[in-house]
Amino acid sequence: MLQVQLAQHLGEFKFDVDLEIALSGVTAIYGSSGAGKTTLLRGIAGLDRTLQGKVQIRDMVWQNESEFMPTHLRQLAYVFQEPSLFNHLDVHNNLRYGYKRRVTSSRSQMMDIAIELLGIGHLLKRSPENLSGGEKQRVAIARAISSHPQLILMDEPLAALDARRKQEVLPFLETLHQELDIPIIYVSHSLEEVTQLADQLVLLEQGSVLANGPIEQVITQLDLPLSHEYGIASIIETHLIDHDEQYGLSTLEFSSGQFSVPRLRKAVGSKVRIRLAAKDVSITLQQPQQTSILNIFQGVVAEVGASETPQVMLKVSVGDDMILAKLTKKSVDQLALKSGVTVFVQAKSVAVLA
Amino acid sequence: MLNSNDIVALAVTLKLAVFATLLLLLIGLPLAYWLANSKWRFKFVCEALIALPLILPPTVLGFYLLLALGPNGPLGKFMKLLGGEPLAFTFTGLLIGSVFYSLPFVVQPLQNAFQSIGKRPMEVAATLGASPWDRFFSVILPLARPGLLTASVLGFAHTIGEFGVVLMIGGNIPGETQVASIAIYEHVESLDYANAHLLSACLLLISFVLLLVVYGFNRRSRVLLP
Repeated sequence: MLQVQLAQHLGEFKFDVDLEIALSGVTAIYGSSGAGKTTLLRGIAGLDRTLQGKVQIRDMVWQNESEFMPTHLRQLAYVFQEPSLFNHLDVHNNLRYGYKRRVTSSRSQMMDIAIELLGIGHLLKRSPENLSGGEKQRVAIARAISSHPQLILMDEPLAALDARRKQEVLPFLETLHQELDIPIIYVSHSLEEVTQLADQLVLLEQGSVLANGPIEQVITQLDLPLSHEYGIASIIETHLIDHDEQYGLSTLEFSSGQFSVPRLRKAVGSKVRIRLAAKDVSITLQQPQQTSILNIFQGVVAEVGASETPQVMLKVSVGDDMILAKLTKKSVDQLALKSGVTVFVQAKSVAVLA
Repeated sequence: MLNSNDIVALAVTLKLAVFATLLLLLIGLPLAYWLANSKWRFKFVCEALIALPLILPPTVLGFYLLLALGPNGPLGKFMKLLGGEPLAFTFTGLLIGSVFYSLPFVVQPLQNAFQSIGKRPMEVAATLGASPWDRFFSVILPLARPGLLTASVLGFAHTIGEFGVVLMIGGNIPGETQVASIAIYEHVESLDYANAHLLSACLLLISFVLLLVVYGFNRRSRVLLP
């Protein structure tokens, strides 16, 4: 567990955060610009000494009222928005920089693992100046991993890349998520990245924490501003149980049924995370008959969101999962939808994340 | 050929330039690093003081140094306290004068280099486990290499070319404080143009080669001449 209690008052900007972050998987820090995401990350890293409070990882105090452990003694690594590679060193020596300062012989394969995971084996002899933006960021991430930290902090590592370069890095981040047992705190203002990568979500707004919890829960909390954002989606963790070669489909099982999705290149038994965009989910009161839509589930309305606009967010509990549907107010009134009503949820499209 | 007196003058000049450059780097590196990173409100006062020799007539600087280093000046008294001799008209005095005189030529390129590197590489190195000293030597100095080279060569070359300060505090003692630029002046005064030519050509060659080295090495990186 990482405990963070940090505060700062600088003129108009008030930052006051009290958080507990699980040291497993990816925790996303999400919020608009100016919410204090980077401030929080720099505070954890000890890069900003104007933040007062407490930072403790497991039993190790990094900062409290009387002590301040300087950054280089904290067992962490930081990936900045700009790759910030050392231009006077080639890629291999960039990787070795943290490795030789931190890593003891017992975990000596960490650099090889990082090279493998980020697919940069062919770049080792190159100078950072001759790499593309996406390659640079991959090297920066590998450099962070090579130092075998207890915690990796990533500050919008994809934000400085264009859409194509982003796609050069994002798949590697997903791999890390699955293959690496180093916890990652990932700052982002992209809902897409967050839903793709995160297990936990911390929602920051104007310097304070609005929500903190498993991403499937936080993202479907209708009283949070998040649920009003364009592109909001529910996230469901599934297992791949079968491939249907005849129709080119794969079957994914979740708490209350099965999704059919286009054939995946994954082994039966692997975990698959899917995303259902709220705008692509529709609701019927009767079980739809003779429909072209494959993914239909029975559920119970858990909550009808309040709304000033013609659009209403509906939260439907399906098994142990929550599915969001964005409907018009008119439909909600015509179907008399309210908490407790049994409905059928149809998902027109399913995005497979990882 | 150069006469023996001129060879001695050249040797004194080079010795002075080598010692001055080493001292300048020793003082200039921490000073420039501090100037590049400090947020102190009155930092500009220090910057102005360091830059003074750029615009001050060397004779003015030399005159005040002469007073300070002389038997009744603060530094002269201090030397007497230590049981030494006053520093005016000595090689050490000349060295002190040269360091003051060439300081901006060393500090400014270094400060520019440190500033253009910014804080980020230091932060990255810190998050990879490097202590402050480690960071300075493993990241900042290598990245500041073009600036470091520029600063060293400018400090060296500027010390070689110095005249006014030397004239005021060094006097003209062959083998001790007579440098090449003064020797040239003497040759011209006594209408010995042949020797003035030879010695001048030597200085011209040395200066040109030094600049060739800087521009050659810095060809691919940013050239940080002030």
